[in-house]
Amino acid sequence: MPSATPRVGLFVTCLVDLMRPSVGFAAIRLLENAGCRVEVPETQTCCGQPAYNSGDRKDTRDIARGVIEAFQGFEYVVVPSGSCAGMIHEHYPALFADEPETLAKAKALAAKTHELVSFLVDVMEVDRVFATYEGTVTYHDSCSGLRELKVKEQPRKLLATVEGLGLKELPTAEICCGFGGTFCVKYPDISERMAKEKADDVTATGADTLLAGDLGCLMNMAGKLQRQGSPVRVRHVAEVLAGMTDSAPIGEPEKR
Amino acid sequence: MQATSHAFKDNVRKAIVDPGLQKALGMMKTGFQARRLAAIQKLPEFEELREKGREIKNHVLENLDFYLERFERKVTEAGGHVHWCRTAEEARETILELCRKRNAKTVTKGKSMIAEEIALNDFLEEKGIEPVETDLGEYIIQLRREPPSHIIAPAVHLNKEDVIEAFHKSHTHLDPNRPMEEPTQLLDEARTVLRPKFLEADVGITGANFMIAETGSTIIVTNEGNGDLTQILPKMHIVLASLEKLVPTFEDAATILRLLARSATGQEFSVYTTVSTGPKRAADLDGPEEFHVVLLDNGRTNILGTEFQDMLRCIRCSACLNHCPVYATVGGHAYGWVYPGPMGSVLTPTLIGIDKAGHLPNASTFCGRCESVCPMKIPLPKMMRHWREREFERHLSPASVRTGLAFWAWFAKRPRLYRLATGIASRLLGLLGRAHGRYSWLPLASGWTKGRDFPAPQGGTFMSRYAAQRKAP
Repeated sequence: MPSATPRVGLFVTCLVDLMRPSVGFAAIRLLENAGCRVEVPETQTCCGQPAYNSGDRKDTRDIARGVIEAFQGFEYVVVPSGSCAGMIHEHYPALFADEPETLAKAKALAAKTHELVSFLVDVMEVDRVFATYEGTVTYHDSCSGLRELKVKEQPRKLLATVEGLGLKELPTAEICCGFGGTFCVKYPDISERMAKEKADDVTATGADTLLAGDLGCLMNMAGKLQRQGSPVRVRHVAEVLAGMTDSAPIGEPEKR
Repeated sequence: MQATSHAFKDNVRKAIVDPGLQKALGMMKTGFQARRLAAIQKLPEFEELREKGREIKNHVLENLDFYLERFERKVTEAGGHVHWCRTAEEARETILELCRKRNAKTVTKGKSMIAEEIALNDFLEEKGIEPVETDLGEYIIQLRREPPSHIIAPAVHLNKEDVIEAFHKSHTHLDPNRPMEEPTQLLDEARTVLRPKFLEADVGITGANFMIAETGSTIIVTNEGNGDLTQILPKMHIVLASLEKLVPTFEDAATILRLLARSATGQEFSVYTTVSTGPKRAADLDGPEEFHVVLLDNGRTNILGTEFQDMLRCIRCSACLNHCPVYATVGGHAYGWVYPGPMGSVLTPTLIGIDKAGHLPNASTFCGRCESVCPMKIPLPKMMRHWREREFERHLSPASVRTGLAFWAWFAKRPRLYRLATGIASRLLGLLGRAHGRYSWLPLASGWTKGRDFPAPQGGTFMSRYAAQRKAP
C-alpha cells in the first residue's frame, strides 16, 4: 500500500531524455495528479540495456550500480518505458549474484520499480484520467512491458476514460514491431520488414493515432508510417493520458 | 548438411525479397498460432502441465546416466540393441554397418531431425544405399534436394506450385499431362509412389520423440502413419535419437505428450502415437526382426552443467518458430543449418560453434514470445543473451558494434559528461530536423533510414529543461 504522498523517483530513460522530453513532463503530471511527490535524480543516464543485450556484462554492471546509487531512498521508482522498467525489475538482481551487498540493493530497487501506466493503475489505483483527445486510437503492446511486466489492460483502462477518444484494437498488438534496441541497427533488413508489417496493420485499423508505452517502438513505427506517407499521428500514451498533446506528434514538425 | 549460418545476412536479404517464400510464410504464421491458441484455451491445466514437463525433464537431465543405463538394460531385455555414439561420424558408421548386415539397398525413413544433424541421407547415398523419406514434406524436399526449413513441417516454405513442379520432374514414369491441381491428387500420387518403397525397404529408420527408461520403449508421433510403415514392414528397425529424448516412465511421456501436439499444430494428440518395445515377438503378426537404438551424444553432454542446459528440455514442438516474428520474416533456410528459429538460435552454436553461428542468437529483438509459448518453459532469450556474452568475451562481435557500445557506455557512466554530450546532440539534431520533424537520411544510421524516417528530437534534453524549469521562479 502506498503512503499518503509517496515519494517517487522518475527514471526518465535515455530515449525520452534525448528525443522527447514532453513524455517526461507528461509522466510527472500524471504522477502528481495521482498524489505522488516526484523527484528526478540528476545523475541518471541509462538503464544499461544496450550493453546488457550486447553481452557486455561489465559495463552493464557499472551502469546499473550508478542507477542503484541514484535511486536510493525513494518509495517507488517509476519509468515511462516497459523495457527500461523491465531491465531494472527483472534483470538487475540477476546481474549481481556474486556481489551480496549490491545484490541486496538491486533487489530493493527492483521491488519498487514500476512502468508508469501500470504503476498508476495497479499501485496508485487510478481508475480514470481527466483528459480530452479527439481521435481514434490504436495501441501497440511493447514486448518487455507486456511479457516481463504484464502491462496490458492498464493503458486500455485509462484510455477508455479519455473524453472523445475512441479505441480500435490492433489485432497484432502483441507482435514485436522490430525495434529491439541494437537489433534495428544490427539487422536493419529484418527490422524494417517487421516495422512494415506493423505499420500496415496499424493502417488497416483505420485509427488516426498510434500509442504505446515505449519510445523506441514508437520511433520505429512512426518512422515507417511516415516513410509510407501515412497521416497516422504517433505519441507516447503518457502524453494523451496527461492531456499534454500540444507538442507535435513523433516525427512531425512543431507548428509555428 | 553444410552450415551457411555465417552467411545469415545474405540469406536474409534473399529471403525477404522471395515472393513465394513470403507468401508461404504469411500463411503458416496465422495457421499455427491460431490453432495452438484454440487447443490451449480448451485445456485448463495447460500451465500446470508446463510446470510438470519442466520438472520431469530437469530431473532426467540431473540423472541422465542412471536413466540411460536403465533404458539400455530394458531394450536389451526386450530383445533389442543399444549403440552408443559419441559423434555424428560414429552414428553414421554404426547405421551403415547395420544396413550392410542386411544387405540393404533401400532404407525408408520417418522424419528425423537427428538424421539431418548427422547428414545421414547424403552419407547413405554415397555408400550406395537409397534412403527414401516417407513423411510427405520430407519426401518433397528430398526430391528438391534441399534441407527442411521447419522442424515439424519441413516443406512449409513451399507453395503448391513448387510441389507440382517437383513431382513433374521426378515422377517421370507418370503421364506428364495428368491432373495435378488438387492437393488430394498430389497426395494420392505421393502415396502411390511411396507404397512400393515401403514394401521393398530392407531397413526402416525413425527418430524418437521419447525414449522410456522404465520399459526400454521408444515413441514416435506422426500424422501420416508413415512412421508405422517405416518401422513395421522392414526386417530391421533402427531408432536414431539424441540422449536427451529420455523420460523415466510412461506416465512422464504421457504428461509431455499432452503438451506436444497442442503446442505444435493445435491437435490434442497426433494422429498416430506409436510405441516400439524391442523387435517382433513370437506371437506378433508383424514387426521387425531386429530392433536397434542408435544413441547420439554429438555435444549434448557438453551442454550439461552449463548455462545452456535448459535447452536440453526441448521436445521439438516448433511453437517457438511459429510465434517468432524473425522466423516469420526470413523463414527457416536463412538460419543456415538444421535447426531454425529461437530454439535453433540457442542450439546451433552448441553444435557447430558460436564462431560459425554467431548471427543466430544476435538476430533477435528479445520480444520473449518464444519463451511464453514454450511448453517446457525454456528461457530462450536468456540463453541467446548468454551467447552474446560469450561472443563479447571472445571479441567475436563486429568491431563497429563494440566501439559504438564502448562509446555509449563510457558516457553513461559519467553523468556530467553524459549531460553535456546529450545536450549538444539533442539540440543539434533538433535544430537540423526542425523544419520537417524527421530525417529521411542520417549518417551512421543508414540501416534505419534506408526504409524508415528518423524522428527528430524535440531539441534540448528532458534533464536540462527540467533543471531550467526548477530554476525559473
